[in-house]
Amino acid sequence: MKKDLYMQFYRTMYKIRTFERRIEEFSMKGDIPGFVHLYIGEEAIATGVCANLTHQDYIQSTHRGHGHTIAKGAKVNRMMAELFGKKTGYCKGKGGSMHIADFSVGMLGANGIVGGGFTLATGAALAEKIKKTNNVSVVFFGDGASNRGTFHEALNMAAVWKLPVVFVCENNEWASTTPYLTTTSVKDISDRAVGYGIPGEIVDGNDVFAVYEASGKAIERARKGEGPTLLEMKTYRIKGHYVGDPQLYRTKEEVDQRFEENDPIRRFEDHVLSEGILSENEMKAIVEEVVGEVDKAVEFALESPFPDVEELYSDLYVD
Amino acid sequence: MREITFSEATLEAMREEMKRDPSIFVMGEDIVRQGGIFGQFKGLPDEFGTDRVIDTPITETAIIGAAIGASLAGMRPVADMHFADFMGVCMDEIFNQMAKIRYMFGGQTTVPMVIRAPDGLIRSAAAQHSQSIESWFNNIPGIKVVAPSNPADAKGILKAALRSNDPIIYFENKDLFRMKGDVSEDEDYIVPIGKAKVVREGKDVTIVSYSIMMQQALEAADILEKDGYSVEVIDLITLSPFDEETVIQSVKKTHRLLIAHEAVKRGGLGGEVAAVVAEMAIDYLDAPIIRVGGKFTPVPFSPTLEEAYRPKTSEIVEGVRGMF
Repeated sequence: MKKDLYMQFYRTMYKIRTFERRIEEFSMKGDIPGFVHLYIGEEAIATGVCANLTHQDYIQSTHRGHGHTIAKGAKVNRMMAELFGKKTGYCKGKGGSMHIADFSVGMLGANGIVGGGFTLATGAALAEKIKKTNNVSVVFFGDGASNRGTFHEALNMAAVWKLPVVFVCENNEWASTTPYLTTTSVKDISDRAVGYGIPGEIVDGNDVFAVYEASGKAIERARKGEGPTLLEMKTYRIKGHYVGDPQLYRTKEEVDQRFEENDPIRRFEDHVLSEGILSENEMKAIVEEVVGEVDKAVEFALESPFPDVEELYSDLYVD
Repeated sequence: MREITFSEATLEAMREEMKRDPSIFVMGEDIVRQGGIFGQFKGLPDEFGTDRVIDTPITETAIIGAAIGASLAGMRPVADMHFADFMGVCMDEIFNQMAKIRYMFGGQTTVPMVIRAPDGLIRSAAAQHSQSIESWFNNIPGIKVVAPSNPADAKGILKAALRSNDPIIYFENKDLFRMKGDVSEDEDYIVPIGKAKVVREGKDVTIVSYSIMMQQALEAADILEKDGYSVEVIDLITLSPFDEETVIQSVKKTHRLLIAHEAVKRGGLGGEVAAVVAEMAIDYLDAPIIRVGGKFTPVPFSPTLEEAYRPKTSEIVEGVRGMF
């Protein structure tokens, strides 16, 4: 049982990493249009949190949303097609990287507006409360988004109504090109939970086990009707804000050092090997499986047609 | 049929639809304890409970955001804005989220929600509680905007909005809430979204209006009739996307067009109506198109200034007379 879960962690993290590497490559070449934001180095967060969720639970994601989408259970072929702007993508090529969604697995959408997801996730939680289910809603957001007014309004509403929503801050230290400490009133964003009378907790966001455990507790609390929790996952943004970002605001050495010291996938591998939970062969098999899956996704995306121009006017109104 | 107020008509629509569809709930400021500032929610909490009729914090952004999120989770939320003016607080949620979600996610979901927004001039409410802001939303694909002008339509189009799967902004003029009129008791009485109504037939000139300005439009039509002009009056009811066909057909018959609304004339909906008519029927026009609307100022406080701001029946009458 535990082994299955660990294999799932590895599969998900490695799939995200592989997906992002391919996206980076195609984006740099100009084959993928639009703005692309990569999740490399933050894989443990989406993986650990979503391992506690079912498809009936919801997540709200961000502009850096590929990892959340994969971890929630979306298929990489339709994701890849969407990023290429193809007809076979999740959004028929109308959304792209910043607006990817898979409602069939409870992934209610990435959001191009930083901090746009707080109130939406709160509303999905309100719906579940009214319907008297025990489904929960999770919203991922960055350190930068925690400075939006939407953060305040959503946390207050969720707290006062004890809604089943978990606020997962991915503090990757960079709000676009700005170091978060120059723009954020507190070092630990979880401290802000005090202002809403809800639990706030700091978690090592590059330790998938710690993420899984802390988010599991918060999700359980939400399911039991005890209200929201603010989790702050400490991590670091390995890539630029977007693909192509010249990153003039930090040194390559800083980034390399942080990755070297704290790559969540390497840390996972070291841990499971030293504990004898997974063997090198078992991990190799997972790597081959996910690399094959992503390769197939690339083929699928490349072979897929672009949307017909008639598609421009569809999906605007229902009635 | 019996006579009830506009406010009661909206309440009846809510009550009937909430009974019919358990996924409808309503939230906003001062709904439960106060029953809405215009009494438009009175009695709903007793009938449907405070799970479905919810007093919110003063938090317009979260009200609209949560309504969107709840609609993605299968509910049909009604979000009350207290005053339409407060929609500025939650514009991102309205135009970047609510309006775009269905389209940008490739039709994977619907956003069946209604924003109720009391608008318009009322007794010196001044600059931030008096505006008519419907034209802002005319420029946003993915939203439908309606604005009834009488109790019957208020009920019928609110019911249509509550049954629709699109996000709808329902502008209800504050001064209309006390207006009385005959309203159907049929539980399936619906005024269709997207259809304008020719409320008075005529052959010399078309007046297009909606919401409270319909009163001045009809008053002007009476005055002009005495002068010998035969005036056709169209109530748009749905403002975006508006019923171009009905307007064009009328102009092709009358050859003259005046558009009147309480909202500021500059950049108002009248400009769009005029542009559509100019594009599609300019050869039928025998006179320039005239627009009547609010002055290009914030709404002033003092009663004399507020009155000076307000577009008037006399402007419509003069506008039409000038066409001949």
